[in-house]
Amino acid sequence: MDATLSAPSPLIALVGNPNCGKTALFNILTGSRQKVANYAGVTVERKEGSLLTPSGLKIRILDLPGAYSLDPLTPDEQVTADVLLGRRASETPPDLIVCVTDATNLRQNLRLALSLKRLRLPMVVALNMSDIARRKGIIIDAGRLSAELGVPVVATVGVKAAGVQSLIKMLDSIVIPDRGSQPVPWQPLGRADIEHDQAEVRRILGVVGGDRLDGITFSDRLDAVVLHPLLGPVILAVILFLVFQAVFAWAQAPMDEIKLGVAAFGNWLGAALPPSLLKDLVVNGVLAGVGSVLVFLPQIIILFFFILVLEDSGYLPRAAFLLDRIMGSVGLSGRAFIPLLSSFACAIPGIMATRTIQNPRDRLATIMIAPLMTCSARLPVYALIIGAFIPRRLVWGGLELQGVVLFGLYLMGVASAMAVAFVLKRTGRSGRLQALMLELPAYHWPNLRNLAIGLWQRVEIFMSRVGTIILALMVILWALSSFPAPPPGATGPAIQYSIAGHLGAWLAVLFKPIGFNWQIAIALVPGLAAREVAVGALGTVYALSATGNDVSGALTPLIAQSWSLPTALSLLAWYVFAPQCLSTLATVKRETNSWRYPILMAAYLFAMAYGGSWITFRIATALS
Amino acid sequence: MLSDRPSLNVPSANADIPLAELAAGAFARVVSVSTDDAAPADLGRRLAELGFLPGEAVRIVARGLMARAPIAVRIGTGTFALRLFEAACIRVCPEQSLAS
Repeated sequence: MDATLSAPSPLIALVGNPNCGKTALFNILTGSRQKVANYAGVTVERKEGSLLTPSGLKIRILDLPGAYSLDPLTPDEQVTADVLLGRRASETPPDLIVCVTDATNLRQNLRLALSLKRLRLPMVVALNMSDIARRKGIIIDAGRLSAELGVPVVATVGVKAAGVQSLIKMLDSIVIPDRGSQPVPWQPLGRADIEHDQAEVRRILGVVGGDRLDGITFSDRLDAVVLHPLLGPVILAVILFLVFQAVFAWAQAPMDEIKLGVAAFGNWLGAALPPSLLKDLVVNGVLAGVGSVLVFLPQIIILFFFILVLEDSGYLPRAAFLLDRIMGSVGLSGRAFIPLLSSFACAIPGIMATRTIQNPRDRLATIMIAPLMTCSARLPVYALIIGAFIPRRLVWGGLELQGVVLFGLYLMGVASAMAVAFVLKRTGRSGRLQALMLELPAYHWPNLRNLAIGLWQRVEIFMSRVGTIILALMVILWALSSFPAPPPGATGPAIQYSIAGHLGAWLAVLFKPIGFNWQIAIALVPGLAAREVAVGALGTVYALSATGNDVSGALTPLIAQSWSLPTALSLLAWYVFAPQCLSTLATVKRETNSWRYPILMAAYLFAMAYGGSWITFRIATALS
Repeated sequence: MLSDRPSLNVPSANADIPLAELAAGAFARVVSVSTDDAAPADLGRRLAELGFLPGEAVRIVARGLMARAPIAVRIGTGTFALRLFEAACIRVCPEQSLAS
């Protein structure tokens, strides 16, 4: 006992195929005692948690990414193989492997167990989803399976606390060896090895009872509708429509609350602090800036709620299936659907979600077009300009013109993304075919606990970004917009005399051909941090005293009389492509581990934005 | 209903066909998986790792609208979506039933 008290807690690793319910099992074992980070140097999520067994033993649990084999094809699988084989310098190999298997799909899952056995590390096999297996009439003799595999086997139900007691009891009772167990060097498996393993799996299943192959399952009956060539796309369209409706309608009230809260806090702080540079930094730099990003939290929560529900239920890969053909026509994989959907809230989580795409070229193409999905940060800009220039009237039998224009802007983003993907496909070096090989797991009800934990982790990631990168950028941009201070007796707005102002004046020359005046050019500079900040910056330039999003109300009539219609349309076109989002470029740099792609992205987006605005401005000028 | 009876082996008379030509809902067994040079590297190995191995039971669950692709394939007890060129690597032999 003394040894267990003084020794560092043992580390166990959960390993399993994708969709085996491994993360649900991890969530229930560790509860909220989880740390989510990235593996060093790659953007694969590293999830570690801890478990206190009834006998008082503290166990660290690592949830390794799902893998079909130990010969990796994706960055996720690479991490799993590297950690298990001790090839990751920053990670200690686990003291014990818990091989998590889907009891309803042992025919596939047991092969990984056989691979893991080759490592000769201490191992336990968990027959997960054993409740579903039982309901399907699959009776597995765990004792016999244990004898056949030569390792302990326990049945688990990863979504119920009672369902993991057997596993906890086993972890408590077996002696987890002290660190020092080294895996046997790995020999990559050839086709013959895999066939050999499969023969062994068939033999074992014959002995322990195992699977049913001829049944039409509930999932099959649902798939007959969901994957139906005609009904399927209709259902998908309805679901997407409802998700977007929810993201924009439900989020409105909490977003207003956040706006009001930040504004009220800013006013209070403004009144409480004596006028000084520090006050200006806190109120106009930090608070206004961070507040304008924080306001998207409700949208991000709602969008991720739906994504997690669709993912957990098994629908998302079906959506990818339905869209694969259309995405494939421009050289993308159906898998790109999920990252691109996330990008409508914000390109950053979207770009981070591309790591599920195994083909590097596919992944890169998806990353490059993600910023063309109209992220919600562009909405305030769209709202401002549409509100000022597009008349409120009904067109085409009952459609609201402003709404039609907004929808058109979204559509333009999607269309240009398809065009860019098509060009990337054409210019790509290899003409090799892109693989899909996407698993369509059985449907099941989303689990509330997993939903809550997943959502909380997204919120944490977003908030920590607001607190670090975005905060830093805001302070820098505030400094650029505040220094040097206007000379005594200056008459124009203060920003005009600052570095940002000079930059804007210089940019105004560049932007003249597309109809932007110097006020717009200046506003685009702070808009680099987050696109919607441009609205606040316009307010500053037009010498309005209000901060943040409050300005748009006062700004609307002002720009309506000082800008021409071609200028307004040109700015709308600019924001369809809007290359200026430093956080996105920083994420691309981190995801691709190279400066090449963020630079390329900034350049092509800038070119498209400039070209799009130029054409818009010329046509609108000619027509008006 | 797990049948222990040996399968009837009726189908050995049937010729093997590409997986993509299998009728939706019909049962079959994998005969072989082979890739040509145009296929991405590792395609054959990954198909094997997903369970597309000789002797395994397959069934087409669904097909896409355009050019009837991609296809959703039940392999053993799992289901995977494949593009046509992936399915083209797999030859199957239709069977009456899949009692293993």
